[in-house]
Amino acid sequence: MPVIAATSVHKSFGDFEAVRGVDFEVARGEFFGFLGPNGAGKSSLMRMIGCVSPTTSGELRIFDLDPGVDGAAIRARMGVVPQTDNLDQELTLLENLVMYGRYFDIPRRECRDRARELLEFVQLADRADSRVEPLSGGMKRRLTIARSLMNRPELLLLDEPTTGLDPQARHVLWERLYRLKEQGVTLALTTHYMDEAEQLCDRLVVMDRGRIVAEGTPRGLILEHSTREVLELRLSSSAPDDIAERLAGTGERVEVLPDRVLVYANDGEAALSSVHQLGIEPLASLVRRSSLEDVFLRLTGRSLVE
Amino acid sequence: MSATTAEKSVTAPTLRVVPGTLRGAGRMVERSILVYRRTWLIIVSGFFEPLFYLLSIRIGFGALVGDVQTPNGPVDYAVFVAPALMASSAMNGAVYDSTMNIFFKLKHARLYETVLSTPLGPSAVAVGEITWALMRGVLYSVAFLGCMAALGMVVSWWALLALPACVLIGLAFASAGMAVTTYMRGWNDFEFIPAATLPMFVLSATFYPLSSYGGLSWVVQLSPLYHGVALVRAACLGDGSWGLLGHVAVLAVMTVIGLRVASRRIGTLLLT
Amino acid sequence: MSATVIRRSTPASIRVWEAQVVTVWRAWKSSALLSMLQPLVFLGGMGFGVGALVDERAGSTAALGGLGYLAFLGPALMATTAMQTATFEASYPVMDGFKWRRAFEAMTATPVSPRDVVDGMVLWWVSRILVGVTGVALVLAVIPTTRGWGLIPAALGATLCGMVFATAMGAWASTRESEASFAAVQRFVIIPLFLFGGAFYPIDSLPSALRPVAWLTPLWHGVELTRGLTTSEISLAATLGHIAYLSALTLVGYLICRVTFHRRLTR
Repeated sequence: MPVIAATSVHKSFGDFEAVRGVDFEVARGEFFGFLGPNGAGKSSLMRMIGCVSPTTSGELRIFDLDPGVDGAAIRARMGVVPQTDNLDQELTLLENLVMYGRYFDIPRRECRDRARELLEFVQLADRADSRVEPLSGGMKRRLTIARSLMNRPELLLLDEPTTGLDPQARHVLWERLYRLKEQGVTLALTTHYMDEAEQLCDRLVVMDRGRIVAEGTPRGLILEHSTREVLELRLSSSAPDDIAERLAGTGERVEVLPDRVLVYANDGEAALSSVHQLGIEPLASLVRRSSLEDVFLRLTGRSLVE
Repeated sequence: MSATTAEKSVTAPTLRVVPGTLRGAGRMVERSILVYRRTWLIIVSGFFEPLFYLLSIRIGFGALVGDVQTPNGPVDYAVFVAPALMASSAMNGAVYDSTMNIFFKLKHARLYETVLSTPLGPSAVAVGEITWALMRGVLYSVAFLGCMAALGMVVSWWALLALPACVLIGLAFASAGMAVTTYMRGWNDFEFIPAATLPMFVLSATFYPLSSYGGLSWVVQLSPLYHGVALVRAACLGDGSWGLLGHVAVLAVMTVIGLRVASRRIGTLLLT
Repeated sequence: MSATVIRRSTPASIRVWEAQVVTVWRAWKSSALLSMLQPLVFLGGMGFGVGALVDERAGSTAALGGLGYLAFLGPALMATTAMQTATFEASYPVMDGFKWRRAFEAMTATPVSPRDVVDGMVLWWVSRILVGVTGVALVLAVIPTTRGWGLIPAALGATLCGMVFATAMGAWASTRESEASFAAVQRFVIIPLFLFGGAFYPIDSLPSALRPVAWLTPLWHGVELTRGLTTSEISLAATLGHIAYLSALTLVGYLICRVTFHRRLTR
């Protein structure tokens, strides 16, 4: 039995269609990702899964229950980390966790025990009695995650968990999430960072303008939709307009972006030497492995982070 | 899920006033107590406000005005005004709690968003917040009555009935205030709230008897606060009559309409 | 692009003032409504209603120095309005400038100095208080009992009274990390002054021990000044005395603001 099952789920706000019919299933214990740029419909989908936004049409089942009927029962088994932290500014860190646990009707003593344990887990135990306001962005994020774990959820929803965090804070957060995986928690997250999706997700869907455009494992999607390597060229701004046609033979595919040109080839170094043979001298060049960014570019013709 | 179940998910939480709602409301009150435990000084300092107002009435206006003629004979001005101030204070407290406070939690602190991601529903939020506002209101009303007694402004034991009267005033204005708040677009809109409460404060037979208004007394009776003032004043002066039930009815109707609008609107605002 | 030459055609403080004007411009309609409404309601409700009760009692007019209650209360509302407008404008907007929007921080990253910020805020307070007081004066000008040219100097006097509160509150707000104390200032300073400062009844009614305290409060001087100037029943010496006292307090408040703003913006 899948933890989440969606069949042609739609969501409209007036005339605007945020989600235009998506189908997917998330299995127990799986880390499942929704990858896409801002406005792809990820957050709308997350709110529907979180039972705080009714679907416009289609069928959505969570724990094999209907969010429209059993919203409260579903939310009792789920943890939610919203896109922007909505911590209780009037309470201390510890009180934030305790009070949140109380909303689930967990006995006060039990709440306090869990809260201490979770503050330990997200490395904020020494700040237990501090207010939320002076915390850094990364600390607030960790506290929000700790809060979402108060009810020992079977399913954790993370909406853009690391947006706005510095690289170090992101890695701390990822490491904590791996530990949850070891404990068997199912995780659904949205992100517009391809590295985050590659690192965290067992399986993901790529979303664009309210639709799912591809589904698979990170590795599988890259193999399917991109070459093994990519050659990135930075050319002088006076490069001729027909550069794409001139480079056509150097790789399987050429993409011209505003700031650089991408040549898709299984052997990047070989592609670079054929560029040189054509008499084109780039200002800079780089050979790297294909990423989900390339998959997204291929599928939508647009880049992920604008 | 079909379109009909989608509709149900919007309306269901507001209709389901089951024990779960009350328990959830209890949680909301619990949170407020947790927050206010730290700021008890602010609550205590709030008791000084009635004291200041009553003192200035006693010291200043009392000497200037003397006695006021009421249908039941002349009454010392301070004794006449004090119950009206008590009723106004119940209104102001309820309006503040249900407008600025709720809007802040709705838009800035996004507290209700957090709460709705747990098993609690919108009706638990509405009931819980209004309950807390009433609890605070009762505390202030008790303090107000205490000040009045200390300053010798209470003439009858019936004055204790002023407490339930103030609870009713608080309930009516908190429900209406919450309903209005759900339509607020931004902080600027709140400037219009004093535009409603301030004229009510001065023109609800607060500072002089209804007869002073002459031909305009029917306008005064349109003010909900007037009915509250009439109730509290009757209690404090010990002037019971069946006509008071009419005032009770006005405030009760206001409560019912306010609550219905508020819980429906909170549902549509947060669960879209 | 050629080298930029900064033409300082206007003092920097004017630009700080301008920034404040722009910030509140959008909400001016409701603010204007409210600043007219409060004195209107108090005049209508208290002046006429309670006034009728007061004036029909023998001896009350004598206690008010021979004035009818409306003539007694009306001008004083200019001073109380000035006080209330000033304390508001010098509390939350100052906290906003330092902490929430951090506009002062942004300003002082340009050629604007902390002193310019203070001067700009002082200009803002003066203009904002003047607008509020003018609203009351316009209402008073409609009522025959209070109509008169004396309203013009009285409005200026009320504004000066407001500046005592603005500079003091501004100095206090600039040393605070949170707005928590503002409600207490309102509750324990502004409301008692409003109620006991001589606006609604003569301070002779106060217990004799409290009267000297009232004489020290800036609001009492403001009330006496506006009431005296409106009714033209004030001696030149008393007028100058009130003005001197209020100016001295404003100057002290301004100088403290210069120190506290500078400290906050350069730490």
